[in-house]
Amino acid sequence: MNESIVDIKNLKRQFSIGGEVVHALNNVSFSIQKGEFITIMGSSGSGKTTLLNILGCLDKPSSGEYLLDGINMSDLSKTALAELRNTKLGFVFQSYNLLARTSAIENVELPLLYNNKFSTKERKEKAIQALEAVKLSDRMYHLPSQLSGGQQQRVAIARALVNDPVMILADEATGNLDSRTSYEIMMLIQDLNNEQGKTIVFVTHEPDIANFSKRTITLKDGKIIKDLINPTIQSAREVLKKLPPVIEPVTAST
Amino acid sequence: MKLTNLFRIAWRAIFRNKMRSFLTMLGIIIGVAAVISMIAIGQGSKQSIQSQIAGMGSNMITIRPISNVMGGVHVDNASVQSLTEDDILALKKQPEYLKDISPSVSARGQVINGSFNWNTTMQGVYPEFLTIRSWLVQDGSPFTTRDVKSAAKVCLIGQTILTNLFPDGDSPLGKNIRFKNIPFKIIGVLAKKGENTFGQDQDDVILTPVSTVQKRILAITTYQNIFLSAINEESTENASLEVQQIMRKSHNLPVGTDDDFSVRTQAELISTFTATSSILTILLAVIAGISLLVGGIGIMNIMYVSVTERTKEIGLRMSIGASGADILWQFLIEAIVISITGGILGVIFGITTTKLVTYFIHWPTLITTSSVVLSFMVCFVTGVFFGYYPALKASRLDPIEALRYE
Ligand SMILES: Nc1ncnc2c1ncn2[C@@H]1O[C@H](COP(=O)(O)OP(=O)(O)OP(=O)(O)O)[C@@H](O)[C@H]1O
Ligand SMILES: [Mg+2]
Repeated sequence: MNESIVDIKNLKRQFSIGGEVVHALNNVSFSIQKGEFITIMGSSGSGKTTLLNILGCLDKPSSGEYLLDGINMSDLSKTALAELRNTKLGFVFQSYNLLARTSAIENVELPLLYNNKFSTKERKEKAIQALEAVKLSDRMYHLPSQLSGGQQQRVAIARALVNDPVMILADEATGNLDSRTSYEIMMLIQDLNNEQGKTIVFVTHEPDIANFSKRTITLKDGKIIKDLINPTIQSAREVLKKLPPVIEPVTAST
Repeated sequence: MKLTNLFRIAWRAIFRNKMRSFLTMLGIIIGVAAVISMIAIGQGSKQSIQSQIAGMGSNMITIRPISNVMGGVHVDNASVQSLTEDDILALKKQPEYLKDISPSVSARGQVINGSFNWNTTMQGVYPEFLTIRSWLVQDGSPFTTRDVKSAAKVCLIGQTILTNLFPDGDSPLGKNIRFKNIPFKIIGVLAKKGENTFGQDQDDVILTPVSTVQKRILAITTYQNIFLSAINEESTENASLEVQQIMRKSHNLPVGTDDDFSVRTQAELISTFTATSSILTILLAVIAGISLLVGGIGIMNIMYVSVTERTKEIGLRMSIGASGADILWQFLIEAIVISITGGILGVIFGITTTKLVTYFIHWPTLITTSSVVLSFMVCFVTGVFFGYYPALKASRLDPIEALRYE
């Protein structure tokens, strides 16, 4: 399984604002193997989102090389990049980014609408499958406003899964959630990684979230300062079990 | 990108904002409906004017006296007495293009039959007047040239006179009615003519020999009008020129002076009215077109707001694989779907309005296919035109910045 899916060499990304150049990424090199679960850590402004945007083909590096699945990104047109995002990548955002007033299932099938391969029936089947994978088959026709934050994020994960991507990119996906819900999401991510072999890149602030991943890259001022294989991967399922049970309010009904 | 998918995406977006989409459509609906109904009203009145004028006898020519400018003062028409029997004789002398001729003198007054009375016009004419106006006598018979010579107190009554003076349904033939205290014997009843172009009731008239009105009622020797008919419709132009020449000679008008009469042909009247109603139609269509334009600007406005408001959504769509072209098409199709749906509703609404106008206020209307097609095309073009720039703006957004937009 030592097939590299991402190869990054001497990657730089700079922004110039009013003559001043900000090196958001400064000479970053690393590879990601198929089936890895990587967390990217670092303080605010260290370049995590910038790196993730480049990994997700939303942004292009100022210099350096990025190969996704063996394809050099700098050669591709905008439309080709859009197609790549559509077929190979899945995004999960901190703020869920679901379409308002649109049912969970329609939100999930959205990426497939931009792909000519799927018929209406296939689209629906795949959306249902993805929702089942995030254990939301009973909420298919709920609107985002009728779902909790954790459930909305699960819909977003289902949306990221529905096109069967090779890599899922998440930017602070648990940032808006309480710790229990965060662990539930992490459990889901771990399952996707372990059972379906999805490659996962997960940007986070929180060190306890990083404990669930197999490898952690730490950025500082646009440079990689640490790149460590996690020797003791925690199971989110186990952690959830150990949490004190949710204290149910005592109700009079007996 | 499959077109069906684009339509699906656009349709869902429209449906998500039902109320707003409908309000945007409303501009288009009203615009299209206005164009269709305004053109229908314009065309309808044009058509009815044309057919009414034609119905009056399309080869009819009318001569009227006109005031000459005397020291900068227009002399009132009524005081001008320029049409005389000499003119009639001159016109009758070997005309090339003229067929029938009849002078006309009218007087207004109360007409009485026993306890019934009615205010009407008594028009003195020659028997030929009926041929010129292609008017038939329904009961009885018309008066004759002999009656004109003797200034006989006989008359033909119109349908309105009949219903008002003989409400009981008695036959009026042979009965006497009084006009200005003079008894007139009814010898015939005229067929129904209906309203003329100006909405006047043409059946509200009593026809009598011209000399009778001249001598017994008005005590004048001149005529107010002379009616003529050309030998056929094609020669009305020539006939009217001929009339002008004869009249100038008969009035001894030196070369270089203005006519002291006017010659109008029915064809002229038709074209004058047609031109007027064409201008009316154009005017109505322009006003309606402006409302369609306003509707289009409404679409543009809403699409711009919508693009700004949905910046984050656009970013998301791009992140999951929508290309710039996909986004462009999505918004363009949204605009087109809104305008076409609005257009269809507008056509329905416009046709309904037109029918209601005809049904309730009896205005003549005529819905033409071209007006429907035209307004529909305009509304499609409006959708494309006003939807394009907002859509272009959306497609050029940077996905990262769009995603970050709050
Ligand atoms: N579009 C941009 N224009 C200019 N500078 C930018 C832009 N995007 C990012 N930067 C700069 O690049 C640096 C890295 O930003 P980035 O968003 O990657 O940080 P981050 O690690 O994701 O931080 P956080 O944890 O707060 O999300 C910052 O200094 C930021 O100001
Ligand atoms: Mg960030």
